[in-house]
Amino acid sequence: MYKIKLFTNTVSGFYLLLLAGTAQAVLNIEITQGVEGAVPLAVVPFAWQVPPQNPQTPAELLPPKKPPVDIAAIVRADLARTGRFDPLPPKDMLARPSVDSTINFSNWRIFQSENLVVGTLQYLGADRYKIRFRLFDVFKEKQLEGFSFSVSGDNLRRAAHQVSDIIYEKLTGERGAFTTSVAYVTAAGVGKARRYSLWIADADGYGPQSMMRSREPILSPAWSPDGTRIAYASLEDNGHQAVFVQNIASGHRDKVSAHKGINGAPSWSPDGKSLAVTLSKDGNPEIYVIDLTGKKQRRLTRHWAIDTEPTWTPDGKTIIFTSDRGGRPQLYQVPSKGGKARRLTFEGKYNAKASVSQDGKKVAMIHRAGGKYRVAVMDLKSGNLRVLTDGSLDESPSFAPNGGMIIYATSAGRRGILKAVSVDGNIHQRLTVPEGDVREPAWSPFPQ
Amino acid sequence: MKLWTKTVLAMLPALMLLGCGTSGEVEDETDSGVSSSSSTGDLDSSATTSGVGSGDMASGEGMGEQETGFSGDPLDDPSSLLAKRVVYFDFDQTEIKSDFRAIIQAHAEYLANNNSVMVTLEGHADERGTREYNIALGERRANAVQRLLALQGASASQIRVISYGEERPAALGHDEDSLALNRRVEFIYSR
Repeated sequence: MYKIKLFTNTVSGFYLLLLAGTAQAVLNIEITQGVEGAVPLAVVPFAWQVPPQNPQTPAELLPPKKPPVDIAAIVRADLARTGRFDPLPPKDMLARPSVDSTINFSNWRIFQSENLVVGTLQYLGADRYKIRFRLFDVFKEKQLEGFSFSVSGDNLRRAAHQVSDIIYEKLTGERGAFTTSVAYVTAAGVGKARRYSLWIADADGYGPQSMMRSREPILSPAWSPDGTRIAYASLEDNGHQAVFVQNIASGHRDKVSAHKGINGAPSWSPDGKSLAVTLSKDGNPEIYVIDLTGKKQRRLTRHWAIDTEPTWTPDGKTIIFTSDRGGRPQLYQVPSKGGKARRLTFEGKYNAKASVSQDGKKVAMIHRAGGKYRVAVMDLKSGNLRVLTDGSLDESPSFAPNGGMIIYATSAGRRGILKAVSVDGNIHQRLTVPEGDVREPAWSPFPQ
Repeated sequence: MKLWTKTVLAMLPALMLLGCGTSGEVEDETDSGVSSSSSTGDLDSSATTSGVGSGDMASGEGMGEQETGFSGDPLDDPSSLLAKRVVYFDFDQTEIKSDFRAIIQAHAEYLANNNSVMVTLEGHADERGTREYNIALGERRANAVQRLLALQGASASQIRVISYGEERPAALGHDEDSLALNRRVEFIYSR
């Protein structure tokens, strides 16, 4: 017998993107390099079950004729995208067992599938659905997981990503990040018609929502730690810069900094109460901490050099930033309460724009080597630095909240595209939009 | 005659540089002019700037000479040093190269003699490196020009500094020549 755990799906405001804006600029994600020997597995199309109907049932209460979302297809795509799994195409499957079927494991062993996922999507009525699934070890003929949870129609895609999270964690021991989102900026059109847009999409590129649109460049989007707000810098009003904080659900935004000169590079404190920003109001770029409740500012750096691109470490105790105080841009670390800055990077002549992993152990950055700007990751304890990419104009690295992947911007031919690389450098993904440039990616925190 | 040809040939790269730079600027300025109601002055100045671009060939002979035979605002004289409105920088550098000191001096003198004239110095960087760092680099370049203008008599109240970093390239190519055109500070006059 298998056990079925109860799993309640939380529907937080985080997912309710009640925003204007048409679904354009869908990110297309493809694996450009996966690991050798990706694990073969099979995710069988989920069986569709509807309750028996009574001839008197009003039309609006009838179940959909077919499942509104192909759960298994989403799970297969999620797992394939990691580069670590190689899902069996449904057309090759010899049988399509559901969650209640007896499994004939030999049907899966002949494809070398190490794992098997079967499931059922059941319509409960009134836009409620129940998802049940089981994960098996094919060779041991043993169930590894069994789950059941119910969701509304709007949350079926999200629920599918949760299924992927559970399977991924069981099989790899690492937390999945399939229910997260990505923010990015697109730029399309030339001359007068050039428009910049800030988007939020699911981590698989689905369902982009426009957060704002501007004639002027949008820079440095940054998620609040609870995922409900996004900060960004905008070059508005004929060259004036400002930092905004926008509520994702309502679209309402506050201008939190608009001084003379640079107002940019926002980074949230882990408690969500402050933003570190770059301001040049006192003559040259310095790091400030803005208290968002009282909008009070505190100056953190004091140096004639460029100090910019602050990013908080997850413990909240320090801020890592880019400075050319040593003659070339390098990463420095300063206590967030103020104090002496300590240089972090010594390898190469250009290390900038830090992104810190959620466990606080690794820093991703843009590193110049041989005239090429590439994503590198440094172990904070040992100081060991490793270049992960082979691009020449990489920018804006951003860690996934599980620390497994780093998304970044780069260029392909004349276009700006996004790519993602696993933190071990083995898996590479490419994320493109149908037209224009895409840049400034920021991976969301885990949904709360 | 031979000497003259040689001089012009030697100047050609510089002239081409300036020509390209200014034509990119026109597009940029029109763009930001449209987006803001307060920038009609900038629109005018961009029109002036486009005149400068087409006047480059004429200015080749007259370079270094004073505005002989030109009446009106010296800013409109295509043969004046004031017609040159872009200062270029070396990679990752913010020092003003000696080639551009005479141009900046001409602008400083003009600003000192025309107190009501305002100029915006727009700092830019090439695409290499990170965006926010490049915003800072563009600002530092514009500040370097501002300091030199102020040292030579322009008033701080006449000068506004902004930076677009790598966001508004003058040339769209990724080759070394295009990148050189993008590392710049532009003078945008409003009268």
